[in-house]
Amino acid sequence: MGLYTYNSERIPKTGRIDRLIDHLFEKLPEIESARAVLLTESYKATENEPIIIRRAKAFEHILKNIPIIIRDEELIVGSTTIAPRGCQTYPEFSYEWLEAEFETVATRAADPFYISEEAKQDLREVHRYWKGKTTSELATAYMAPEAIRAIDHNIFTPGNYFYNGVGHVTVQYEKVLAVGYEGIIAEAEAELARCSVGDGDYAKRSHFLGAVIISCKAAITYAGRYARLAGEEADKCRDPQRKAELLKIAENCSRVPARGASGFYEACQSFWFVQQLLQIESSGHSISPGRFDQYMYPYYRKDIDEGRLTREFAQELMDCIWVKLNDLNKCRDAASAEGFAGYSLFQNLIAGGQNREGIDVTNDLSFMCIQASMHVMLPQPSFSVRVWNGTPHEFLVRAAELTRTGVGLPAYYNDEVIIPSLVSRGLTLAEAREYNIIGCVEPQKAGKTEGWHDAAFFNMCRPLELVFSNGADNGEQISIQTGNVEEMKTFEEFYDAYKAQMNYNISLLVNADNAIDVAHAERCPLPFLSCMVDDCVKRGKSVQEGGAVYNFTGPQGFGVANMADSLYAVKKLVFEEKKVSMADYKEALLTNYGKGLDPVTLSEMTVQIAEGLRASGAEVGEKEIAVILQSVKEASESPEVRAKGEKLLEMIEEVPKFGNDIPEVDAFARDVAYTYTRPLETFRNPRGGMYQAGLYPVSANVPLGAQTGATPDGRLARTPVADGVSPSAGKDVNGPTAAANSVSRLDHYIASNGTLFNQKFHPSALSGRDGLENFVALIRAYFDQKGSHMQFNVVSRETLLDAQKNPDKYKHLVVRVAGYSALFTTLSRSLQDDIINRTEQGF
Amino acid sequence: MDYMKTKGRIFDIQRFSIHDGKGIRTIVFLKGCVLRCRWCCNPESQEYDIQTMTVQGKEKVIGEDTTVEAVMEIVEKDRPYYRRSGGGLTLSGGESLCQPDFAGALLKAAKERGMNTAMESMGCAPYEVIEGILPYLDQYLMDIKHTDPGKHKEFTGRTNELMLENAGKIADSGMTDLVIRVPVIPGFNDRADEIEAIAKFAAGLNGVKKMHLLPYHRLGQDKYDGLGREYLMKDVLPPTNEYMQMLQASAVRVSGLDCQIGG
Repeated sequence: MGLYTYNSERIPKTGRIDRLIDHLFEKLPEIESARAVLLTESYKATENEPIIIRRAKAFEHILKNIPIIIRDEELIVGSTTIAPRGCQTYPEFSYEWLEAEFETVATRAADPFYISEEAKQDLREVHRYWKGKTTSELATAYMAPEAIRAIDHNIFTPGNYFYNGVGHVTVQYEKVLAVGYEGIIAEAEAELARCSVGDGDYAKRSHFLGAVIISCKAAITYAGRYARLAGEEADKCRDPQRKAELLKIAENCSRVPARGASGFYEACQSFWFVQQLLQIESSGHSISPGRFDQYMYPYYRKDIDEGRLTREFAQELMDCIWVKLNDLNKCRDAASAEGFAGYSLFQNLIAGGQNREGIDVTNDLSFMCIQASMHVMLPQPSFSVRVWNGTPHEFLVRAAELTRTGVGLPAYYNDEVIIPSLVSRGLTLAEAREYNIIGCVEPQKAGKTEGWHDAAFFNMCRPLELVFSNGADNGEQISIQTGNVEEMKTFEEFYDAYKAQMNYNISLLVNADNAIDVAHAERCPLPFLSCMVDDCVKRGKSVQEGGAVYNFTGPQGFGVANMADSLYAVKKLVFEEKKVSMADYKEALLTNYGKGLDPVTLSEMTVQIAEGLRASGAEVGEKEIAVILQSVKEASESPEVRAKGEKLLEMIEEVPKFGNDIPEVDAFARDVAYTYTRPLETFRNPRGGMYQAGLYPVSANVPLGAQTGATPDGRLARTPVADGVSPSAGKDVNGPTAAANSVSRLDHYIASNGTLFNQKFHPSALSGRDGLENFVALIRAYFDQKGSHMQFNVVSRETLLDAQKNPDKYKHLVVRVAGYSALFTTLSRSLQDDIINRTEQGF
Repeated sequence: MDYMKTKGRIFDIQRFSIHDGKGIRTIVFLKGCVLRCRWCCNPESQEYDIQTMTVQGKEKVIGEDTTVEAVMEIVEKDRPYYRRSGGGLTLSGGESLCQPDFAGALLKAAKERGMNTAMESMGCAPYEVIEGILPYLDQYLMDIKHTDPGKHKEFTGRTNELMLENAGKIADSGMTDLVIRVPVIPGFNDRADEIEAIAKFAAGLNGVKKMHLLPYHRLGQDKYDGLGREYLMKDVLPPTNEYMQMLQASAVRVSGLDCQIGG
């Protein structure tokens, strides 16, 4: 029995919502320069002040001057750009990539953005100031050379926080709703009054609190500008209905977020300013609204009970927020855009679940969140639902209806795994029960955590390549030497070599992440964000400097399925059945199983040989290089090599694979996952927190797979690696229950930064009420076996193929890609192919 | 526990089946059939003998001798899904009644383990054989293809008297939930009067409340090539949704049964 009796009745969509969406998607998103220009003006004027004050003053200068707009028919206002779905830039984190991509950013395959000549000119001007002043430059300076080398060789990539702000947080929305920024200013002033000029930490503490006050006042000023603008537009407006709406907007913005919200509409507007302004302060993505259905509920309940609000209007307001979440945007560098494809900001919003006492708190708004996603059918918010034994069945059936639409939402999360997992990381039981999800799949306690949840991608396939090359890559010794692979006598020796390569490279990843962490603390502390995370105000320091109660760093490992299948194949074929020698295996990997080498590998091998010759004193000119290239090409494609490769692939095909419900293989995969998750736990970050592993790749399995040679599981060079903890594409042949059983045999508790299990269904598998019931049962049964997360693509292969051919027809087609929903037609061709090729489950 | 050692011949086990009985189910396909329906989508099920079929250019052996114990090991794997969905084991074929001891032992094994059981079958066996299985069968998904014996023989190779008679006896036993399933085959039984006749017959059976109309599909066509057999229904198009809805409405009108399209 839950805490609330709820009303789950469906509420229809209004015409306004469709018009807002159409307006939003009319044209290509655009890059605007206003923020960067204002930021730089402010920085130039504050050269000798403490960094935290400079950040606050820059935030204030931006909010006082950035152009504002109220879009037609909006009920909730606050736009970061004049152009719909536009983005600002954040040169304090990095800028060189953007300038280098000015001419290609509008035409690239993944997430293109229009940029005007004027904006380019503005940004070129501004960028001159930033040379040597960014977080990314400082981070590089802090990194160990061997860590930089490992990044250059694609062992892992910490690019997300290297190039951008951190984001990945859920702040105390409920606090702003309750007391407004005036309340927070009062709190900071009270803390300031307690400081004594003689305190050892006075300098930092007092300036931090001062920065909080400046930032909160700036937010109030910004809302005031919207109040004035709405008033002016109301004066000019001839349509009496719209005039009344604009006057109401003006009234809302003059009250919130300065003060506490007096009702549901004000609460919605106040929520939105928090959500939007966090993303003006920093470029970090995954600023996640979290448990919207919980902190908004008191305002909804009171207004409904007192007859001041209809359910229909409440739904329309929520729908408006859902649309607005898609108005925010971010331009990433070309490589990152491939890894995070789909213009996604990963603003994760979660409904359902338990309260701190362990009672189910599904309420009217939980259902209305599902309804809102059903109404807008857009990728944002990244909508999630919490599932536990006390979850109302009706709630899951309604969520399954949303899944059935093919929008790729919601993602389902298992309280029964996540709560104990968080407790094992030091959260209290009460706090763990209140968890929400950040970004893709990362659980944490809102308003108390700086989780660095998306700290890096670690490619688990690359250390295995290093075992075969004895630590060398492209002719350069980039890792430790683990011995000549051909001389290894037992599988244990081979596996130990893999673990040693893993351990060494994980330590380099930690070095890189910690360097970036320090750079953020020194160059981009965020006073506005920090005032909404405990205990920053009390401790007098920003989250970047360790002000949060809980501090983690969570880099993601991916390729678990490839490594499980690879190591298992080597164990069986080389050491147990002795069907193939290690030398032959190594040659097959080098020659991509005789399937031909791509140009990158060919030139790498040529360079390697040429340098070997030069080292031995030979003269190697252009002519000789051409000869080497030709002979490498011929050798790698000779009929003999091809036949050997083919034979080995056939043998590998016969070896059992992860994902088919074979206990021995699954147990092996569990152990392989530990080669990443266990060493990582032993490291600490500069904020005083621990490292915790995630096992998911966002969509990086495609671009990072393109940097990975052939692997012993029969995966060809440069093709995608496996997605999340899911089996390798096409290798799970016993259907969805078998795949789910296999995946559930991994240890999901230790991967407390989240695991990601993707399944794809043909719509017919969910047809009718029975289809929904069976679908809910599938989720329940996977969760009974202690899986942590599950998400689904429900769309036919034909639809996807047609969308590839006729992207215009499918401008709004959303599919779930590894942890978030994206617009299918905006994804790169190779990622589209990957989604199409995933095994179709069901029928 | 001797029945666990019972031997039998199967040609496939399909997990996560959601269109053949309640919930998420595992279907065990038994090899061998008494009929030779022209539209059969599992032609490899018809012969009891082990065969080779070409599947995607590769030779594949169809048919495997196994035991109840070995089959149940696979069926057990999806227990968490049965528990949450009310699903379980479904026997299909072929005609499961061609291997009555094996079919009975499988169903018994499932019941002993608390699983829901179902069987897709034409009921084409002496009633004594069926009677021995009924105590272990929660749902009997019984095919009735036509009420006219002559037409039945022409298209399936046998007349239908025994099956219709068995349907009555199974219904009278009250031991299982009997559901009547009709494959709707253009040119064979897809006229409204033909479907209505089956519906009326079904409604006359004791306790029968449900009927499934299964539209003809061509998904088995490649298998005929793989077996080196000619597919006699090449030119037959599957019925449209609208046509199926018309038949459904006719069936409901004459019988009052709960009639659905698809399983």
